[in-house]
Amino acid sequence: MATFDLELVSPERLLLSRPVEMAVIPAYEGEMGVLPNHAPMIVALRGGVIRVTEGGQETEQLFIMGGFAEITPTRVTVLADEVTPVATLSRAAAAQRVTEAEAALAAAADETPEVRDRASDRLMAARAMQEAAQAA
Amino acid sequence: MASLKDLRGRINSVKSTRKITQAMKMVAAAKLRRAQAQAEAARPYAQRMERMLASLGAAVADSPDAPKMLIGTGRDQVHLLVVVTAERGLSGAFNTNAGRFARARIRALEAEGKTVKLLTVGRKGATYLKREFASRVVGEISYHNVKRLGFEQADEIATRITAMLEAGEFDVCTLIYNRFQSVISQIASEQRLIPAPLPANDAAAAPAGELPALYEYEPGEEELLAALLPKNLAIQIYRALLENAAGFFGSQMTAMDNATRNAGDMINRLTLNYNRTRQANITKELIEIISGAEAV
Repeated sequence: MATFDLELVSPERLLLSRPVEMAVIPAYEGEMGVLPNHAPMIVALRGGVIRVTEGGQETEQLFIMGGFAEITPTRVTVLADEVTPVATLSRAAAAQRVTEAEAALAAAADETPEVRDRASDRLMAARAMQEAAQAA
Repeated sequence: MASLKDLRGRINSVKSTRKITQAMKMVAAAKLRRAQAQAEAARPYAQRMERMLASLGAAVADSPDAPKMLIGTGRDQVHLLVVVTAERGLSGAFNTNAGRFARARIRALEAEGKTVKLLTVGRKGATYLKREFASRVVGEISYHNVKRLGFEQADEIATRITAMLEAGEFDVCTLIYNRFQSVISQIASEQRLIPAPLPANDAAAAPAGELPALYEYEPGEEELLAALLPKNLAIQIYRALLENAAGFFGSQMTAMDNATRNAGDMINRLTLNYNRTRQANITKELIEIISGAEAV
């Protein structure tokens, strides 16, 4: 099967760089399955799980806290804020994040809409993390 | 003339100093390797970020409501200088170089009639600059109790700068840090952060064999850019922090190497002195014995 190069980078290191058959990425406006020869796109990502398919099987599940992806016909580059393999997510840590994010959102009630949006995005990412942790 | 006992004491104390500087040199060398590896690991993200920004920036640059972070506030009056230095000394002229560079910039800007605000990162630079420019310092950030610098810290600084920008506290933001040229050479340099200098979007930016693609954006260009720019700011600061850390250890290693060598020279000199004194004492005693025997 045709493949494209998937690169997953966090600010601290290059996490993944190899040819894969398909990747499902949590784009801002819904999950997106990317196959080779996809039209060029730049998308924002929300908190969610990246699923990688190689050799007809899902081989990796990585949770990201948001970021960006650049898609070209031959290559997908994901710039993620924070990357954790789903298997190592901890429910307790995720729950704590949700609580923190809820508090931050409540505290941002009087702030500008942008600040509130950011806080609610973070809460959504934390909830997605919790869900992923529970599913794992 | 110093007695033999005094000399012995001095030799021993210089010897233990040499042991300390030698140990510090080795510690700095080990930490330098780690810092370099970390800086190396951060590079891919920065490169890809640059590529994305180049294509996005070109799409938005002409629009009048492009984000402030990209085009600035349109004025050039208030300058924020972010000065990155190390937390500790014993590293030769490392901190002084960055401090002196910052001082020259402040003087130059003020001579042009601009207002200067200072944000210092690292204790050494803060103490250096506060002596002369205490009234310009708007913030001090120190990570002396952070074991390992991470992206988190850079993000924190970036958030602070963004908040200041949104509050309209400055027009231009410049980062001053020691660029890591090599282990023995760190160059104090500046980099403009806001308005963000965009990497040129020419054919050279695209990898070979790939046409400069026409991207589709989701959500729109401007929303994307508004999210990407603060990230870019953080990554630039992160890079500066890492280069500063690597440079610090490089500089410390060189300084400690010199100190070890100087201590060695000093021990040689003192040992020579010690032996001469010892010899002189023996000769003197001999003369006393001989002249005593002759007198009998």
